[in-house]
Amino acid sequence: MSRRLRVGRRLGLHALLMLGVVVSLFPFYWTIVMATNTTEDIYRYPPKLTFGSHLLVNIRQVFDSIQFLGSLLNSLLVASVATVLVLFVDSLAAFTFAKYRFPGRDLIFGVLLGLYLLPTQMALIPQFILMVDIGWVGSLKPLVLPSLANAFGIFWMRQYSLQAVPDELVEASRLDGCGFLRQYWHVGLPTIRPGLAFLGIYTFISVWNDYVWPLVVLVNPDRLTLQVALAQLNTTHITNYSVVMAGALLAVLPLVLVFTLFARHFIADATKGAVRG
Amino acid sequence: MATRSTVEPRPQPGSAHRRPAAGRARRRRRVLSYWPQYLAVSPFFVVFTGFALVPIMVTFYLAFHDWDGIGDPKYVGLSQFRYLIHDHTFWLALWNTLVIWLLATVPMLFIALVVASMLNSAKRLSGFYRVAYFTPSVTSLVAIAIFFFAVFSSQYGIVNATLHVFGVPAVPWMTNPWTIKIVIALLMTWQWVGYNAIIYLAGMQAIPTELYEAARIDGASAAQRFFRITIPLLRPIILFTVVVSTVTGLQSFTEPQVMFGSNAATNPNSGGPGQAGLTVMLYFYHQAFDNNDFGYGAAISWALFLFILLIVAVNWRLIGGRDR
Repeated sequence: MSRRLRVGRRLGLHALLMLGVVVSLFPFYWTIVMATNTTEDIYRYPPKLTFGSHLLVNIRQVFDSIQFLGSLLNSLLVASVATVLVLFVDSLAAFTFAKYRFPGRDLIFGVLLGLYLLPTQMALIPQFILMVDIGWVGSLKPLVLPSLANAFGIFWMRQYSLQAVPDELVEASRLDGCGFLRQYWHVGLPTIRPGLAFLGIYTFISVWNDYVWPLVVLVNPDRLTLQVALAQLNTTHITNYSVVMAGALLAVLPLVLVFTLFARHFIADATKGAVRG
Repeated sequence: MATRSTVEPRPQPGSAHRRPAAGRARRRRRVLSYWPQYLAVSPFFVVFTGFALVPIMVTFYLAFHDWDGIGDPKYVGLSQFRYLIHDHTFWLALWNTLVIWLLATVPMLFIALVVASMLNSAKRLSGFYRVAYFTPSVTSLVAIAIFFFAVFSSQYGIVNATLHVFGVPAVPWMTNPWTIKIVIALLMTWQWVGYNAIIYLAGMQAIPTELYEAARIDGASAAQRFFRITIPLLRPIILFTVVVSTVTGLQSFTEPQVMFGSNAATNPNSGGPGQAGLTVMLYFYHQAFDNNDFGYGAAISWALFLFILLIVAVNWRLIGGRDR
């Protein structure tokens, strides 16, 4: 192949890939355009393609129609508490499965993998009734606890711990007189920290974006998570797109920006489970 | 699954002579000596039993009962399922779900394969590409659904405005039964192409380059190398992505629920014009939480579960089972 042909092919390849990038990122750009203009500007012909100056006006209208900051705090609280709990519970179980031999271990782990395949959506009605019965309906508690039943996290962390935690270190700490919990705390946790970062981001994002369960269980309109509040804003302002898009922008942008900071490691880790499994 | 494991929490003193009864007692003592390990893996099982396993069994119980959440459930035998079989709306929802899933999954996984092989041969900017392609999959689905509705819905939305530039008349995207499904499928495709491409890419990079070298020396073209080496070796990963897309795609709910949520006043969660966006999950939600018909909702969720199992089994045979 001649040199010129090779350069041409490479340029063509990058042109196609860049086209894909434009398609992937266009909605983010267009959300900002809609959120910073008035609805009339977006829907006149030809449409306005650039950022406008109406962002603050639109945001004020978002704040007037939903409890945006309260919902944001609720989402932050639920996602943070769930993440901390999932990290502790899953890493402890995963470390134990990966590094200790105890009677019935493989059977117990097999049961865990089998449960992973059960569709938990089927549990929605009884879960809701249970929450009504114990008086948790309308509060944020039901959003935290069920996320602990996270078989994926234990499975992924176990694969990670198998490689990351050296057996010699666990053995040495045992000989030094460390009990089981201190072996986990002093040897397990420090060596699996990069894995914890992945699982933490993954859990935070999935709890943050969760919609069905919060929609079912948050019956009090004054106490919602951000996703449910955003859907509510959409229902009440359906024709006022610039206000709705300002809300969407506020709900999406912080998470996406934070994600891009950690994205490289996160993406590399996210593919490991699938390729091995 | 290979379970390699190593550290014994406590060395077990071996004994030469063993009587059966003493052996049993010792074994029980041995099992009990692992209590910290059992305790450490137990929280998952406790929570899962309480919040998933028992509720799923209760759903099975409810499917044979009539219950509105007040008073006692009344046993009705199979009549919920008999009603389901004759319920046109249920079959419409099943049809919608299947069509949307097919319209989304087939192009999505195909484009993901193409994107992955392009990423595999691009050396520069690979980190940037990965982040750009992956970002849609971590974005809030509620926000995405609102966005897609906004750009497709109006006569003056950006999609119809763009079509106008090319002389195409405005398409009533969100009122026609087929274009509603196409828009939902486009949304799913947009959100998940990059994620699947990144997974395929990781699989492609695990294929030894010597295979491609040898094929090239034997005179295989680029297309032959792709279809004879890449695709067969990726098959387990393709199966994984197909199963994940099936299980999540057939349970789609948020997209139509958010897009057509504004009809809430008259007929909530009905799936938009002509109920063309009504998926099985949305119909389930409507019956269970708008109508408080918990027995029928439970029956719908069992039907959906069996349907998903069926489709996964078909996929498995088509993609995974050819070797055997």
